[in-house]
Amino acid sequence: MALDHATVRRIATLARIRVEEDEIPRLQNELNGILGWIEQLNEVNIEGVEPLTGAAHMALKMREDVVTDGGYPEKILANAPDRAGAFFAVPKVVE
Amino acid sequence: MSLTDLTIAQARAGLRAREFSAEDLTLAHLHAIEALNPRLNAFITVSHALAMDQARAADAALARGEARALTGIPLAIKDLFCTAGVRTTAGSNILRPFVPPYESTVTANLLRDGAIFLGKTNMDEFAMGSSNMTSAFGPVENPWKRRQDAEAVLVPGGSSGGSAAAVAARLAMGGTGTDTGGSIRQPASFCGIVGMKPTYGRCSRWGVVAFASSLDHPGPFARTVEDSAILLGSMAGHDPKDSTSADVAVPDFAAACGRGVKGLRIGVPREYRVDGMPEEIEAVWLQGLVWLRDAGAEIVDVSLPHTKYALPAYYIIAPAEASSNLARYDGVRFGLRSDGSDLRDLYERTRAIGFGREVQRRIMIGTYVLSAGYYDAYYTRAQQVRALILRDFTQAFAKVDALVAPTAPSAAFAQGDKPMDDPVQMYLNDVFTVPANLGGLPAMSVPGALDANGLPLGLQVIGQPFNEETVIAVGAALERAAEFNGWRANVI
Repeated sequence: MALDHATVRRIATLARIRVEEDEIPRLQNELNGILGWIEQLNEVNIEGVEPLTGAAHMALKMREDVVTDGGYPEKILANAPDRAGAFFAVPKVVE
Repeated sequence: MSLTDLTIAQARAGLRAREFSAEDLTLAHLHAIEALNPRLNAFITVSHALAMDQARAADAALARGEARALTGIPLAIKDLFCTAGVRTTAGSNILRPFVPPYESTVTANLLRDGAIFLGKTNMDEFAMGSSNMTSAFGPVENPWKRRQDAEAVLVPGGSSGGSAAAVAARLAMGGTGTDTGGSIRQPASFCGIVGMKPTYGRCSRWGVVAFASSLDHPGPFARTVEDSAILLGSMAGHDPKDSTSADVAVPDFAAACGRGVKGLRIGVPREYRVDGMPEEIEAVWLQGLVWLRDAGAEIVDVSLPHTKYALPAYYIIAPAEASSNLARYDGVRFGLRSDGSDLRDLYERTRAIGFGREVQRRIMIGTYVLSAGYYDAYYTRAQQVRALILRDFTQAFAKVDALVAPTAPSAAFAQGDKPMDDPVQMYLNDVFTVPANLGGLPAMSVPGALDANGLPLGLQVIGQPFNEETVIAVGAALERAAEFNGWRANVI
């Protein structure tokens, strides 16, 4: 199924990527090219096949639910584009 | 012979015998970088001062007789591994200003064993690419040249193209890469070196910038199989900070180089003989099988019937995981920010400016296949196909010890040979490498032959989970037969 203009716009919104109106036809074309190629998976008989979520050839380990790290706000904030005291700063979200 | 021509094994012996110092060895590599990096663009960041500090510490350790596995060995680190205090970009504008306050587990393991880091190597943005053309820091040049068309600038492959080019051009003795769909093996093949993706879980992913978590495999690059095995021995090991890290003992990988292949059963997957495969690729494959048979292995035909569905399944699963992993780049906590009228506008502008085209495409594909109403049709189906691909491998490994196939469907191509706006054409580069990622299996690319243009072609060995040693034994046997140690990239 081919993506229309509105669907490409909706995907960009969900992905939080600003897309200018004149870029949509190019994106639409590229995404439809990829999705069209992926369609060949519909030929595969997947009846009763359990989906494989990962490649780990062993059971995942359990661990204690305890704090093992932290307590260094300066290190955490060192890469912040903007900060206010010991906090990350963003544009005002509540009036 | 220049110090930069030594293998890691030779340099280790020379350092211990005090024939040269770690400072000598490091300086020789830094000089080589100074001379060639302006052209090759293999390094994004060269950490000259830090490398010299590490070299002096290595010399002090050697003087005390406390040499470890990699004491004094200069390496190139893919710019996807977080390195404390050294900028880590993932090849992206969105991480251009990022200086990690912590060290990835794999690089910490290498430092523990005495390695010296020359710098951070160029790569396709967020490891998404097979040519190194998607880097925000410019493309990398392959040090190899076509005999007939020496003007053409060839790509080193990708995504770990910077590390591969650096090791091939003698700018580093070895390096790290990551392989999500072939990003170690394909550049190794294009650059005429050895690249290995170990079993999923063998090398910790902690501190490695995430692309697709169920497919990302850190691994080594080197110029010989033995050197790759030495590096893997240091990089591997259980890490409680990565929940998928395997709590499995790390064997002496390098010891497997001398095992030979006598009595091993080598599988030839018939589905890897794809339409339009260049004759030279087919020829190197057959040659490799003859070498192994002559060395005492038994060659067995096997079938991996779902092979052709590996790529399309991968291009659902990898973008899906990427769209989730890359949601963290929002311009708030680290990395680039583009100001906006409100918070949402800030997110959208930051991500539009910070991510390149290929990354945006993959985030959007991933967002779509995970979105309500499409999840089962795309994502769940791809995971079911993934299960069938692993089942194919499991059934094949009931009959054989390892599989041998080509690494890539072509030799290195030239920048501009493949249209960047036709993503599917580029994805086809990974046709032989992606299945091992879906299965989490160990796999290695070893140079097998030079094509008519004098360019290297790699042979791929795929093994069973946690049996890297068989892969190394087969790789070493191919290396001995191919006598590729004498070949080198003709950079001047």
